[in-house]
Amino acid sequence: MFLKEYFTTIYKSVRSLLKGMKLTGYYFTHPKEIQTEEYPDNRATLQMFDRFKGEVVMPHDEHNEHRCTGCQACEIACPNGTIKIITKQELQPDGKKKKAIDTFVYHLELCTMCNLCVIACPSDAIVMAQTFEHSVYDKKQLKKVLNNPGSKIMEGVE
Amino acid sequence: MNLFLEISFASLATGLHNSLTASITSEMTVKVIEMAIAGLSLLLFLVPLCFFLGYMERKVAAFMQVRLGPNRVGPKGSMQIVADTVKLLFKEGLTPTASDRFLFNLAPIIVVVTSMLVMAPIAFARNFQIWDTSIGVLYVSSMSSIAVIGILMAGWSSYNKYSLLGAMRSGAQIVSYELSVGLSLISIVILTGSLRMSDIVMSQENGWWIFKGHIPILISFVIFIIASTAEINRAPFDLAEAEQELTAGFHTEYSGMKFAMFLLAEYINLFIVSAIAATLFLGGWMPFHIGHWQTFNHVMDFIPSSLWFLGKTFAIIFIIMQFRWTFPRLRVDQLLNLEWKYLLPISMVNVLLVTVMAIMGWHF
Repeated sequence: MFLKEYFTTIYKSVRSLLKGMKLTGYYFTHPKEIQTEEYPDNRATLQMFDRFKGEVVMPHDEHNEHRCTGCQACEIACPNGTIKIITKQELQPDGKKKKAIDTFVYHLELCTMCNLCVIACPSDAIVMAQTFEHSVYDKKQLKKVLNNPGSKIMEGVE
Repeated sequence: MNLFLEISFASLATGLHNSLTASITSEMTVKVIEMAIAGLSLLLFLVPLCFFLGYMERKVAAFMQVRLGPNRVGPKGSMQIVADTVKLLFKEGLTPTASDRFLFNLAPIIVVVTSMLVMAPIAFARNFQIWDTSIGVLYVSSMSSIAVIGILMAGWSSYNKYSLLGAMRSGAQIVSYELSVGLSLISIVILTGSLRMSDIVMSQENGWWIFKGHIPILISFVIFIIASTAEINRAPFDLAEAEQELTAGFHTEYSGMKFAMFLLAEYINLFIVSAIAATLFLGGWMPFHIGHWQTFNHVMDFIPSSLWFLGKTFAIIFIIMQFRWTFPRLRVDQLLNLEWKYLLPISMVNVLLVTVMAIMGWHF
């Protein structure tokens, strides 16, 4: 009984070792599978994966409209105060005053790209872009305003 | 074509000998000069070999791990190892104050010298051996054993309890796996009837031992490869010296040139172990002949013997490298377990089988 177990152990282990070697042999003989991105040589054709968290942007459509209602959920969700929302009271067509966004201040130098603001936004106003080359020589360039000048909220959002 | 074929290492050696005896009368001087040339050419062969092996290791590792490896320094990253060596040369060779200075400095020397000494009986090509002694296999086996002293010395003299532990584990590992290596070597010696390297290679003229001695020699070969990877402290048996274990084990306290010597010794050992496996099991510099296929054999004979030898050696080096990047590391008790409970009993039974095979003539 011991002998049978002994030899089955040897047989099973040799089989699993050979399976491992087959896989590494496959990887060795198929250089097409190589995942290395040869940055910066491939900057022209480089495309990051869909869920890449680069920086926060507010997409505007062709009429220069965004989806931000000024609810400040992203400012509350941000763990280190990267987002500062400045709101204003806008006069609606029916006479009532409604909160709207004036300036969306985004401190790129503080942002940890944690994605919590994007998750917190109830109207899908902000997304994570795919850019990652943020280095600048002047720190003032990193304090960004995300909503375009002269833009307003889209119809139908909230 | 004829002229090209006539230039072989052996003819170079005889030509050199003839020109030396013609110009210098004293036989002793000729001998000394020849020995110096042999030693120097060996060193000149070994250092570029280690560069090449280092580069090969990193590239092979990278391709197996689905990545690229060094590709910036020099064409396709070939100068990376040169850069690393120059960096090691410039590093400060720190000797801990409380260490045993004499042993600390002596240890890497012993490890490197014993590795280089084993290169003597290896036949690189037809008629091209530094020292064809009648105890070739015994010499190889015993020289590799002396390297353990260097490792233990390194661990002890570092004055570091982790180095000592690493050295002790490494010593235990090497000493135990030597038994399996020895028994595998003995199985070939039984079939050949001689310890002399050239006899062993010549006996494989009609076929390599791995084909002639079928199953028992195949088992012997596999055990030899596994036990040799453990002998040279290579993954998956590198518990004693891996970076993540015991902070690099017995060579923790070494830096600069002394550390480079340990690395050099490791790569030379890798080459030697593969060369021995190629010589004993795969026919050394003998070309690959199949029975009576005259034209095929004739074509195979055109390939120079040194190329056959190097090809076989590098094939085995590749397999040993594949072991490193496929298998997880073994814990020290699993390591010793493997040797004493599996490899050694199987080797012993195998030697018995090979003896029976040799007596009864049940091999090709």
